[in-house]
Amino acid sequence: MPQPATLTRRNFLVSLAATGAASVVRPWNAAAYPAPTAARPGPILTRPIPSTGEKLPLVGLGSWITFNVGDDAVARDSCAEVMRAFFQKGGRLIDSSPMYGSSQEVIGYGLHKLGNPSRLFAADKVWISAGARGPEQVEESRRHWGIPRFDLLEVHNLMSWEEHLPKLFAMKAAGRLRYVGVTTSDGRRHPEIERIMRSQPLDFVQVSYNVLDRDVEERLLPLARERRIGVICNRPFRRGELIRKVERSALPAWAGEIDCANWPQILLKFIVSHPAVICAIPATTRVDHVRENVGASYGRLPDEAMRRRIVAHVEKL
Amino acid sequence: MSEWWTYTLSDFLLFSPRTYYRLFELYNAAIWPAQIVAVILGLAIWALLSRAAAVRGRLIAAILAGCWLWVAIAFHAHRYATINTVAVYFAWGFGLEAALLIWTGIVRDRMVFERPVDLASRAGLWIFLLALAVEPAVGLLVRRSWRQVEIFGVAPDPTALATLGILLLANGRGRWALIVIPAMWCAISGVTLLAMKAPDAWIPPLAAVLVVSLAIWQTLTRRRARRLA
Repeated sequence: MPQPATLTRRNFLVSLAATGAASVVRPWNAAAYPAPTAARPGPILTRPIPSTGEKLPLVGLGSWITFNVGDDAVARDSCAEVMRAFFQKGGRLIDSSPMYGSSQEVIGYGLHKLGNPSRLFAADKVWISAGARGPEQVEESRRHWGIPRFDLLEVHNLMSWEEHLPKLFAMKAAGRLRYVGVTTSDGRRHPEIERIMRSQPLDFVQVSYNVLDRDVEERLLPLARERRIGVICNRPFRRGELIRKVERSALPAWAGEIDCANWPQILLKFIVSHPAVICAIPATTRVDHVRENVGASYGRLPDEAMRRRIVAHVEKL
Repeated sequence: MSEWWTYTLSDFLLFSPRTYYRLFELYNAAIWPAQIVAVILGLAIWALLSRAAAVRGRLIAAILAGCWLWVAIAFHAHRYATINTVAVYFAWGFGLEAALLIWTGIVRDRMVFERPVDLASRAGLWIFLLALAVEPAVGLLVRRSWRQVEIFGVAPDPTALATLGILLLANGRGRWALIVIPAMWCAISGVTLLAMKAPDAWIPPLAAVLVVSLAIWQTLTRRRARRLA
């Protein structure tokens, strides 16, 4: 039995293998979408993208702040190692944006160093006020990544979405893009994103969602299920604030019931256990952290009662 | 930007503190031994301030202009811009300050220095000396590596602070035009450091507020003295 008090984010992921009895995954309220398909120590849990059925692992890799390291060769290599660990653990979706400084170039550096892993699901954004310059920005982003095409392009923070979305849909129709979406963060512009979700044939929507920021549960997540739009969740740790908050206390004894060896996995499993969510995209600069994060893609997920328990526990901390 | 009130300082910070200070570490390694030259130039300004050389205003303006231009190109444009897209505009701002120093101090010879007699000019001398000698040590005091030290003439904060101190010692017309950009930089730097929760975030904006307040007081005092004379 692991000692709860010693299981912090800084501990290496060691105890998940002890949960072999966790052979059946039962996400809560899984009627509308197929359940994640495996339990630890089996293959990584995935959820199908509603518009195509293509399966994505439940935890992706964000790059905001963490991969913006400029020309720092040591830091670039460190980011490449994070990407290596991410792919080794079974991860697929990497998310970036032209807004994230040098992050796209650093991802491109890492992909090149890792031999352009075929399992990559490349998600980027268009973020420019002039719609006419959107395609130019997308092409520049693609060059930074060094890939033939993006899997997913989203309109970042809804910037000039009326101009960008038709161009992205045209790219998709021409086979130069596979999925289209829009993003927002920190609870902003939800009424507008709801209107877009109702009126546009989106594949994905990206929103902020975590154990303390649950506004999207009211309207956007149910709407995403209704409209068969996949949800990607940013700010899973509130930029680290949640980790700092929860790691002051011991890992709860019930963490083992959902195959979590550390707090980040509890926080991530809360997010990805919502049936509308395709994946969460935590960002990190550390290999041990990315292993912990992707570890949340394995084992049992919380059911509805456990989700309520997680919320109540974290809100009390 | 809609719902602007929902944004916090950290929303505008696109890099981590670690990356920011690594930037200084790599920059210092790349430009070595330019730091020694910069410190010698700073000491030369101090020496010029204590002498009655006829051309000292022009010499001090030339040294400061060179430092601002260096920081514009070597730091902002070549280094900082790799992690902060708006650093290109910072480079233009620092370049503009260099041009203003050349125009005001060299071409028009409007930077006149006298012995620091009043409170403001004495404070100006201390601010200059603190920027030259103490500011580099602040990073060490807050447990940053000595490799990440920020030095007058090559790093933006001590260069801006030293310039503000020197401008309190100057007595010529056109001083206010030269104060604007260093004061603005101190505000920008303070906000950046504050977003990174740096313990020394208060130093640049506090120094700028102090200098601007003293400069206003000094200007009013001098006007009153001229009227009485």
